[in-house]
Amino acid sequence: MDIFLQQVLNGLVLGSVYALVALGYTMVYGILGLINFAHGEVVMIGAMVALTVLNGLAGAAIGAPPQVVIAAALAAAIAVCMGLSFSIERVAYRPLRRAPRLAPLITAIGVSILLQNIAMLIWGRQYHTFPRLLPPTPHNIAGATITDLQIGIMVVCAVIMGGLLVLVQRTRLGRAMRATAENPTVAGLMGVNINRIISATFVIGAAMGAVAGVLVAANYSIAHYSMGFTLGLKAFTAAVLGGIGNLGGAMLGGLLLGLIESIGAGYIGDLTGGFLGSHYQDVFAFLVLITVLVFRPTGLMGERVAERA
Amino acid sequence: MGFWRQRVTAWKRDRRVLWLGYVLVALALALLPFAIDTTIGRTWVRVLDFALLYVMLALGLNIVVGFAGLLDLGYIAFYAVGAYTWALLASPQLGLHLPFWMILPLGAGLAALFGVLLGAPTLRLRGDYLAIVTLGFGEIIRIFLNNLDHPVNITNGPIGINRIDPISVVGFELTRTHEIFGITFSGAHLHYYVFLLAALASIFICIRLEDSRIGRAWIAIREDEIAAQSMGINTRNVKLLAFAMGATFGGVAGGLFSSFQGFVSPESFILLESIMVLCMVVLGGMGHVAGVVLGALLLATLPEVLRHTASPVQQQLFGEVILDPESLRMLLFGLALILVMLLRPAGLWPSPTRKREFADAERQATGRTGAAATG
Repeated sequence: MDIFLQQVLNGLVLGSVYALVALGYTMVYGILGLINFAHGEVVMIGAMVALTVLNGLAGAAIGAPPQVVIAAALAAAIAVCMGLSFSIERVAYRPLRRAPRLAPLITAIGVSILLQNIAMLIWGRQYHTFPRLLPPTPHNIAGATITDLQIGIMVVCAVIMGGLLVLVQRTRLGRAMRATAENPTVAGLMGVNINRIISATFVIGAAMGAVAGVLVAANYSIAHYSMGFTLGLKAFTAAVLGGIGNLGGAMLGGLLLGLIESIGAGYIGDLTGGFLGSHYQDVFAFLVLITVLVFRPTGLMGERVAERA
Repeated sequence: MGFWRQRVTAWKRDRRVLWLGYVLVALALALLPFAIDTTIGRTWVRVLDFALLYVMLALGLNIVVGFAGLLDLGYIAFYAVGAYTWALLASPQLGLHLPFWMILPLGAGLAALFGVLLGAPTLRLRGDYLAIVTLGFGEIIRIFLNNLDHPVNITNGPIGINRIDPISVVGFELTRTHEIFGITFSGAHLHYYVFLLAALASIFICIRLEDSRIGRAWIAIREDEIAAQSMGINTRNVKLLAFAMGATFGGVAGGLFSSFQGFVSPESFILLESIMVLCMVVLGGMGHVAGVVLGALLLATLPEVLRHTASPVQQQLFGEVILDPESLRMLLFGLALILVMLLRPAGLWPSPTRKREFADAERQATGRTGAAATG
């Protein structure tokens, strides 16, 4: 029982990070219909910038309390990622708004390759240990352990997601975003500055991605220039699982994917009588995805879009 | 002036001139490996060999993405199926050494079967949902190849399979150096001819397919699936056929790859490879056979060119190697992808019809962003 609970807890922690990254994909997709392949790399850059700031401040030994150091690192990561994502949209996607649909996909792949290699040049090929500033205090819940950090990750993710929902549903900006997603031309006629809304979408997604990157790096206490690729892939899978373009779907998909992965990894050996090891956890995740899509071709919460003539 | 124009038109009509052109092109293609070998070295003949394999791969993916409009992000899986079929049936791994004329059709058939297996559950999906499922499929295949070394060792896991038999006809092994009519042909040269034949056959098949009943059905589905269906096209079968056909190309290319290389491992079939082939198709000019061939040749050789120039050029400019050449070359590669797409969004060499449509769309300049996208 405690193993099961442990896997559920791990899954929830992992899943909430996936959800945070997935929101970045899904928001952009909802408005532009574009798979923003570079988003995973933005997440990675966030983690790397935070790492540099943390190490720099720790090295400077100015005696600032760890909370301040963490806040500074987080703020730096968010700022860099927002600026980065804003420029990516301007340079690589905006000129291709009306191009054939795969053209921006290819520039997105190009940006992704570019960012990954720039990161490799700046931070090197080695794995960096992400400094642990606060000592992790484990808590015991019914035989399963969870650390402060993990609780913190879940709380931060929940707060951000709640904030996003309020932003999208309640504010003027959110209404403009929804209108643009619905129909950019009409939204433009109604006085919405579409370009500004699209930029805002990218920037908000990047900010969430930066936080997610820092959280992931802190959770595994490791950062690497290639960490964004797999994370991005998983998050995108989560977004599709939930129904891409749908905010609630991305959250649900993220949590579900985290749970599937961690429970799958824990039990796949028992389920198959030791025939398949935990290496197959990704297979498991993708099989669930394919099965879901076979029965619900628009994802779990995706709306049935009328086919365009 | 008029005189010359008349002469040129008359020339173009003359079948003898046409044949002369064919003969000249054939001669140039036949001599190409020797020219490369003597000027820039044997490695470049190998690069050319791989480029030809990529031509086949890109043409296969073009059937799925370019003709039928089904975005496939896991295409390399079929390449893997073909490669591993060859590797398992012609290496000490399982102790089998079947001749190539048995394995190649088998690999192609198996790849086609996998194509249908992938296609069948995804028929109802559209656009990017399809993309992510194909991506998952590619990853599943790779993970299995990586882990099927226990409890029963089939694929030898991450280490891969080596000592794979080369293509050989009655004892004439393609990897050895042979002397024919006093001319020395190395393994790389001989493979060049075999791969060139395979690539030319693929080009021929693709051009014929494009104008066939099936090809037009694919294009109809790409443009508008519902309209295609109401015109009496059996979209299910035609889509499955696209997947199977595309996969077959991949399977054959995979088999050739495996025999040429003598070694396969799951490393060669990662997601980035699928993406690379997709880039070739889109960058060259989706749906246009000539454009796709151009895209494949360019993108297959560009990283190699950058590999060989990344450090010497730095050496010359700054007197030392400042930036890691490996990441510099990928950085430039990514930059090239972005720049080409920004400057030529429809691809380097788009098909004439596609180009016209694009110009029309530009002129209208209204409509939902990305509406053509998911449709």
